[in-house]
Amino acid sequence: MLELKNITKKFGSRLILNKLNLTIPDRQILAIVGPSGAGKTTLLRCLSGLEKIDSGKFLWNGQEFNPAEPDSKNHIIGVVFQSYELFPNLTVIDNITLAPTLVLKETASQAEKQARKLLKQLDLNGKENLYPYQLSGGQQQRVAIVRALAMQPHILCYDEPTSALDPALRTKVGEIILKLKTDNQMTQIIVTHDMEFAHQVADQIFTVKALDDKKVM
Amino acid sequence: MDYIISIMPSLITGAKMTLILFFWTLIVSIPLGIIVSLGLLSRFKPLRLILKFYIWIMRGTPLLLQLIFIFYGLPIIGIIFQRYDAALFAFILNYTAYFAEIFRGGFQSIPVGQYESARVLRLSYWQTLSHIIIPQVSKIVIPSIGNEVINLVKDTSLVYVIGLGELLRAGNVATARDVTLVPLVIVGIIYLMMTGIASFLLKKIEHNFAKWK
Repeated sequence: MLELKNITKKFGSRLILNKLNLTIPDRQILAIVGPSGAGKTTLLRCLSGLEKIDSGKFLWNGQEFNPAEPDSKNHIIGVVFQSYELFPNLTVIDNITLAPTLVLKETASQAEKQARKLLKQLDLNGKENLYPYQLSGGQQQRVAIVRALAMQPHILCYDEPTSALDPALRTKVGEIILKLKTDNQMTQIIVTHDMEFAHQVADQIFTVKALDDKKVM
Repeated sequence: MDYIISIMPSLITGAKMTLILFFWTLIVSIPLGIIVSLGLLSRFKPLRLILKFYIWIMRGTPLLLQLIFIFYGLPIIGIIFQRYDAALFAFILNYTAYFAEIFRGGFQSIPVGQYESARVLRLSYWQTLSHIIIPQVSKIVIPSIGNEVINLVKDTSLVYVIGLGELLRAGNVATARDVTLVPLVIVGIIYLMMTGIASFLLKKIEHNFAKWK
């Protein structure tokens, strides 16, 4: 179970998140929605350690962790970025196995075996040796999902997963998210402004409100 | 023909010096250029200012002046270099500045998302640089580096001025002694061969990077 307690984030004097509290039970899908500029993506960036919070804490199964610190006990969250951010200089398989071999110290064959299993699960058979530019947008997104999963996070976060996809692919990514919940028991957080999509996949919807005046603290 | 054969040994000795200068300058100033470019992008302002000043001097004054300054100027204040050391020192200082500027541009053109996705995958800074950023930067900078490499082949002739026996000097000595254009023509041909081989190798490297976009 992931708990966010009194999370506060400011950019300079602008208050973005004010004492935000949120609980995400295991194997649930949480959608974070809200208007543009309300702080949805900021919340996800804090959760994944790309931004430091000003106050509050993150708890994983009751244990406090700091996502901005790189050591392994803080490794709770995996991220699928809005623009996927695959590494263009590496093949699909290398994109996926790079971090498991360098960071988790898996052997090359271990990492590759795991990667192939996940690729198969996400319908990416036979794409192992292609470079990202040779894949469609939907395929790139699935590679990004596999790459995040290969690091064995407890929770997978998506930033606007439907924003670059046509309706058919939007359905497909929804199916994948649900499949990861049932087959992989994955807890997932989806930041989106796509309300329809949020209702289709989420167990719980959390609305981030724009702090009207973004008042100076 | 006999004449050409007779002057070849001295030209080849000269060409050797040219090549030695060329390779050592490249081997040292490319990695140094990468390091300086990282310094230019650091958050530590005094370091950035010092490096900017250094690049301003190196790119803003003639390489010829730098050579003369180091070899003939510095001994006045007690810093004495051997000819070869002075030449190599000047070339490395000068070319590092150019390479640093090229790499700085390369680093800045990598989207911040690449660093962020490496970070959430928990790669360290050096792992991110060596596996992700530097390969992408290399692809971007290769055409500009190529230009500098070709320039460097030709710039090595400037060491003539401090009396180092390189290719151009060897040709000029033969021309003055024997009153014939032949040595200079051969020198030109040797330069063309060297820049030709350099261009060919650069094309190969560029081609190798073309398999991904």
